[in-house]
Amino acid sequence: MARLHLRERIRDRDQAIYGILLLAALLFPMVSLFVSGGSTAYIAQAAHAGTWVLLAIGLNVVVGFAGLLDLGYAAFFAIGAYTYALFASAQLGSSPLHHNIHLPFWIMLFIGMFVAAGFGVLLGFPTLRLRGDYLAIVTLGFGEIVPQLSYNLPQWTGGINAIGGIDQPWLPAWITGPWAGADNVAIIQNGSCRNPLDQTHFLPCFSFSFDPVAFYVLIVILIFIAVILVNNLYRSRLGRAWMAIREDEVAAAAMGINTVTTKLLAFAIGASFSGFAGAYYGAIFSLVSPDDFFFIVSITVLVMVVLGGMGNITGVIVGALVIYFVLNTLLPSLASTAESLANTLGFTGLNTQQGDWPGLYAEVQRMQFLIFGLILVLIMLLRPQGLFPSRVREQELKHAAVQEEASAVEEGARA
Amino acid sequence: MSIADYGFYIICGAAIVLLATEAVVHPTAFLQVTIFGLADGAMYALVALGYTMVYGIIELINFAHGDVFTMGAYIGAAILGFFAIDESNFSAVNLIALLLVFPVVMLIMAGINITIERVAYRPLRNAPRLAPLITAIGMSFVLEGIMFVWHGPASVHFPDILPHGAAFQATIGGVFFTFKDVFVVVTAVILVALLAIFINRTKLGKAMRATAQDRDAAQLMGIDINRTIAATFFIGALLAGAGGLIWGLYFNNVFYQTGFRTGLIAFTSAVFGGIGNIPGAAIGGLLIGLIAAYSDSYIGSKWTEVVIFGILIGVLVFRPTGLLGMRVPEK
Repeated sequence: MARLHLRERIRDRDQAIYGILLLAALLFPMVSLFVSGGSTAYIAQAAHAGTWVLLAIGLNVVVGFAGLLDLGYAAFFAIGAYTYALFASAQLGSSPLHHNIHLPFWIMLFIGMFVAAGFGVLLGFPTLRLRGDYLAIVTLGFGEIVPQLSYNLPQWTGGINAIGGIDQPWLPAWITGPWAGADNVAIIQNGSCRNPLDQTHFLPCFSFSFDPVAFYVLIVILIFIAVILVNNLYRSRLGRAWMAIREDEVAAAAMGINTVTTKLLAFAIGASFSGFAGAYYGAIFSLVSPDDFFFIVSITVLVMVVLGGMGNITGVIVGALVIYFVLNTLLPSLASTAESLANTLGFTGLNTQQGDWPGLYAEVQRMQFLIFGLILVLIMLLRPQGLFPSRVREQELKHAAVQEEASAVEEGARA
Repeated sequence: MSIADYGFYIICGAAIVLLATEAVVHPTAFLQVTIFGLADGAMYALVALGYTMVYGIIELINFAHGDVFTMGAYIGAAILGFFAIDESNFSAVNLIALLLVFPVVMLIMAGINITIERVAYRPLRNAPRLAPLITAIGMSFVLEGIMFVWHGPASVHFPDILPHGAAFQATIGGVFFTFKDVFVVVTAVILVALLAIFINRTKLGKAMRATAQDRDAAQLMGIDINRTIAATFFIGALLAGAGGLIWGLYFNNVFYQTGFRTGLIAFTSAVFGGIGNIPGAAIGGLLIGLIAAYSDSYIGSKWTEVVIFGILIGVLVFRPTGLLGMRVPEK
């Protein structure tokens, strides 16, 4: 009886967070348009943040559900992004293939997903027999090789010049309508989309053409789908198998779980989310460069997952948003905040450059790295389980600990 | 053995045969590259030892270790600034500075590393396994941040105080080498030998081995686990600090993110030799240095990283215990 009650409470908290997130996602564009007087800059930021949320949800499947440490997650992100970039830009025209390919974004989303998953299987198949830590190291190596390859094969990937001019997604024109909004969301641009049927006026279409609002709507829908998929996976037979493997691989195998296939599925599904996010990333920036996929990206996503609360989808989403906010808004604005604070407090001397002192603004700007590191260490020390740990798991662990203690006491009493 | 295993061995064999042919056809060029490789490898070995010791004892990939290495070079450069050193030729002051800077920097770095362990890793000893990994990443950012605030993004000049110039270089059989190359290799060998003696002959070394093997059992035998782990970080940082100094003395410049790349490669070396295995890390470091040098000159330096990490993946897939690893892959 008490247990049921507990379970309901767990469900309640997560559902409350989902509700808040959904409401925020719906209200955010209107509020930010209103606050900034019609500027879409905040919405563009949010649309970028969405990429990271997708990545964190995907990595959570690998790290949080199945307990496999993946230090090269950015590699799959890169694979997804490059897949979209190659098949939806003029890049292949200057490659040894000499022929441009322009496939629509919606098909490439799925292709990017499957290609990334395919690479996940290719990498995972030989390595998942090994124990967890070795997997971490193999993925680390893979994560270093992929961006390096895109540097070294400029005839295909453009190398250091990156791939630019990537196609924007397009939709049939009947999807846009009066509800598409006023001038600031004017997204109807007939003919600019690469729709082969457009020329015949058989299927008129409009292109996203870098409109942040369109991308924002798209990423919210993608995240929504991803959350539903991952939630269902978590509750499925496969999800339970992942948890069993995470807790005790030998016991799971003894219970009849095929550990290699199950781990491989976690790896491939995690990679497919990354490929998905990669295609979106290629579309939103219309530029894919090898610099965007180095080790630091894998590390950032891992930090989002662990900090948010491994294994808990809501926690991971919140973690991704918090880290994105800290890295892209809080830290860059810190310098000017410090400067104006010094001015209001009367320490204007701090703001001028004297000798070795570069001025408060420059000094704080230099300290960004340091502050980010300190934030990571502090949060981990204060909440080793993450900001929003998975309550189910927490209870399981607590329960097991209490049981162990009780049996120890019993044994002690008997002796 | 599967077909893939044979494929791996065939590729390795082919690479060795190609290198051997190269060695026979152009022996001097080959030896020249080997000397570069040995000097680089010696530095990787020193850093790799810290990774392997920490991993062996608490199964943590200590991402901050590479930055401890870089910081050693930064602090070394600062300390050398106090001496009236002569960069154009080797003076008595240089010798004194050199003899002093090694122990001082090594001890400072050891102190810093122990503090890091005390602050960021020890409180998380019973936390989920990934928590200390994240604090290690955080500490790495903190150290890089300190160096960035200290000297900014540009690379820092490290005083060139080793004997150099025409008198301290030689060409033997067409192979050119300098005093620096010899110095790097000899210092590294001395340090590794001291470490080996320490680990195998002293009581604390024995405690470290016992803790690495089975922490609970070691604790039951009366070993102070916290002290032993702290000692591991202490020694790891002694070697990393020395490695940073040697790096500075050899290349004469250092950059706040030097440790990141060097750390990754050193970690690869540790895995290559068998993670947790001390002689393995030393040999792995040397081999990775050699492989990097051969790859630089025979394949092209832009492929070196791909080669190194490709080898890492190959070794883990086909020989998960590393070259010398004795540990069973399952645990």
